[in-house]
Amino acid sequence: MSKDDDRSPPLDLRGADIAESSSKTRNCVTGSGHVTGMNPMEFQAPYPDQVLENVLENVLQFLTSRRDRNAASLVCKSWCRVEALTRSELFIGNCYSVSPKRATARFSRVRAVAIKGRPRFADFNLMPPEWGAHFKPWVAALGSAYPWLEKVYLKRMSVTDEDLKHLAEYFPSFKELVLVCCDGFGTRGLAVIAKKCRQLRVLDLIESEVADSDMDWIGEFPESGITCLESLIFDCVESPINFEALERLVVRSPSLKKLRLNRFVSIGQLYRLMVRAPQLTHLGTGSFSLAEGVAHGDQEPDYESAFAACKSLVCLSGFREIATDYLSAIYAVCANLTSLNLSYANINAEQLKTVIFHCHKLQTFWVLDTICDEGLQAAAATCKDLRELRVFPIDAREDSEGPVSEVGLQAISEGCRKLQSILYFCQHMTNAAVIAMSNNCPDLEVFRLCIMGRHRPDHLTGQPMDEGFGAIVKNCKKLTRLAVSGLLTDQAFSYIGRYGKLVRTLSVAFAGNSDRGLKYVLEGCPRLQKLEIRDSPFGDEALRSGLHHYYNMRFLWMSSCSLSPQGCREIARALPRLVVEVIKDEAEVNRGECEEHIDDAFDILYMYRSLEGPRDDAPHFVQEHSKQKQGIGLSNIVLLIIYPSMKRWRFGLEELEVQNGEFTKFSSMPPVEKQELAFTREKKKNLVCLF
Amino acid sequence: MERSVNYGGNDLNLEATELRLGLPGSDEHEKQSYPSVRISNKRASPEVAEESSSLSNSNVSDARNGDQDSAPPAKAQVVGWPPIRSYRRNSFQQKKTEADGAGAGAGMYVKVSMDGAPYLRKVDLKVYKSYPMLLKALENLFKLTIGEYSEREGYNGSEFAPTYEDKDGDWMLVGDVPWDMFISTCKRLRIMKGLEAKGLGCL
Repeated sequence: MSKDDDRSPPLDLRGADIAESSSKTRNCVTGSGHVTGMNPMEFQAPYPDQVLENVLENVLQFLTSRRDRNAASLVCKSWCRVEALTRSELFIGNCYSVSPKRATARFSRVRAVAIKGRPRFADFNLMPPEWGAHFKPWVAALGSAYPWLEKVYLKRMSVTDEDLKHLAEYFPSFKELVLVCCDGFGTRGLAVIAKKCRQLRVLDLIESEVADSDMDWIGEFPESGITCLESLIFDCVESPINFEALERLVVRSPSLKKLRLNRFVSIGQLYRLMVRAPQLTHLGTGSFSLAEGVAHGDQEPDYESAFAACKSLVCLSGFREIATDYLSAIYAVCANLTSLNLSYANINAEQLKTVIFHCHKLQTFWVLDTICDEGLQAAAATCKDLRELRVFPIDAREDSEGPVSEVGLQAISEGCRKLQSILYFCQHMTNAAVIAMSNNCPDLEVFRLCIMGRHRPDHLTGQPMDEGFGAIVKNCKKLTRLAVSGLLTDQAFSYIGRYGKLVRTLSVAFAGNSDRGLKYVLEGCPRLQKLEIRDSPFGDEALRSGLHHYYNMRFLWMSSCSLSPQGCREIARALPRLVVEVIKDEAEVNRGECEEHIDDAFDILYMYRSLEGPRDDAPHFVQEHSKQKQGIGLSNIVLLIIYPSMKRWRFGLEELEVQNGEFTKFSSMPPVEKQELAFTREKKKNLVCLF
Repeated sequence: MERSVNYGGNDLNLEATELRLGLPGSDEHEKQSYPSVRISNKRASPEVAEESSSLSNSNVSDARNGDQDSAPPAKAQVVGWPPIRSYRRNSFQQKKTEADGAGAGAGMYVKVSMDGAPYLRKVDLKVYKSYPMLLKALENLFKLTIGEYSEREGYNGSEFAPTYEDKDGDWMLVGDVPWDMFISTCKRLRIMKGLEAKGLGCL
């Protein structure tokens, strides 16, 4: 999508060369990104563009931010080409927005790939499980395009054991595998990775679902010699591991800095690992309780000293089945901690206080609401440097007790002025506390408040929560991510549209009165990229109001709103590059809850921009409303381009593919002599001449 | 006349003929196509009175989003709400049941064999709160006397000794460990007889 600008730099004085160079840059990029077409009969002077490209290549190497790179690639065709050659980290925000083939065709020297699949609401069982986001087509394409690939990061993708096997086989230099919220694979796949990836430095499994194929995958790591392992994170693996093998592995991994154990590792086993790896910086403690059948007090190891020996420890997590008696063992490291995750530990305020009292340097704190407002007050009093706070509910139901409230939020806002990111689950909240936070914490970039009772107003005033969220968008000038809850009217959305100019991600549930709410947002938030809405009364008219913006977004999710199939079709017709998926929740239909069973009725609208059109792996419950491929009689057009050059006419053949009534693919062939033009009958039929 | 009406389920017709007040925009919602109606059907509805905003004093919360304002203070849980990943949700439910000791739930049946007896029996360990109770029950079951337990000498006063197989597969004398630990590690029981029983007692 780069603008075509093939002019050489105006400083060049060699007239002849200008013509040469412009024609040479015309010898554009073939599929693989290589510059071709040095005609042997031409004088091969280093033309200015070539010099520029060499310089560019050397300069662009240093550009790391992908936003900067995207901008650079739009300058002109040669910048686009050079940027593509120098991009080593490929980020695909939506695996269906571009095909593996297209991505690997543009970028030829990639060493690290990051791909995201399902939308976030799929995590909460809102999407039927077999929806898609398969890694398989990617692994095949990556295998052939990037044999030197080192890193793969996947989020919300379906990865099979077979895919992992291919990863291990295709990439001899493979170093890092990070799977976040993925599923579809098991310990069998992990075993292959452990066994075959001899250069593995990082194996991180984060909140992924790992099937138990009864394989001792830890035991598959090479048994002898030093490993390069730096990070091993498997706290989400819900099956026992071979501890002896793990112990041996840790001993052989002097570079190991990050180790997060699963809940099948007892505190006694943790001790054995810690004494062998005092260099750890990140530790996930596993269960943090005794193994079954082991009695308390029998010759217990000195846990305190084991922790004290880990002088570099900055990040502590785990505590999956905490035996609170042992909590005091961690005091020694608290003073150095910048990150503490107690979100699986059912501890009360008193127990927390003993720990948090020491944590002066804490920047990231994840915790359960069992610590109550009192615990949050203690955190606020000590953790003056806190940047990120997440408070999770132990009882995630609408009508549960709710040990934390506006009191805790207020305390945090007063104590932790540098707060940048907050996720807070509660039963009751007030506008006043939210407004206070908006004033006290001006650095907030992420504000996610989940009042668990749906449509719940300010519990002191009975008012909707409009003013609270309004204050957040108004006062927190850096806000990029917002999740709203509680009783909200269109007014709240009016505030968001008016003030939320930097908001990129917005989550809405059970909120708003009418189409106006969504309209405010779509018309007012120019940076909006990801919008996920559920159970809110927004309909077709509101959907239409975003037409000007949908191409700038990564996706829009609307489930259980007031949309109609016609409304979705309208969008699809207006925006051909948008894939409009309409998903029926079959479970609902089958349960026969709806007496009036309408074939058209649907549950989820999920739409996203894509260069590829409707995907070919969509399951039966997904209906694509995207503009259908329309035959216009010609599926391929061959352009014969004849353009003048200094000495002769030059011919170029450009082959265009027609899809959806538009020209999409554009692959050029090197220029040929007139005599060499050879057409198949097909191409002759479609020949169009252009001068 | 305004009335509050309980919409139980799918009574669309009632809704259509209902007289009530609502905010502007609520009417056009009624005319919308089926999906909206279907959607509102499947959700459990919030309680009406407490949760209504101060927007109107009518009993209609439909103004907000076409939700049914139905009566049963439905504590039914809605899919995917609150937005907690199932992994996290499950890890606490699991702990809760473990903590309850599954006491509220099914019993904890283990097989009991006795040397010389032709067939095995099964007992529910949850029923017995302590060793004496269990031993008494075993005595009744097999019509025998087990005798007194002593830490040093095992079971004196009879030719029987109750033993159990623990999680590691080892055979242990019943009574050595605290009751709670026993019921969590015991896989099966065996009442040893004769010389073998005596042998254990001498250890």
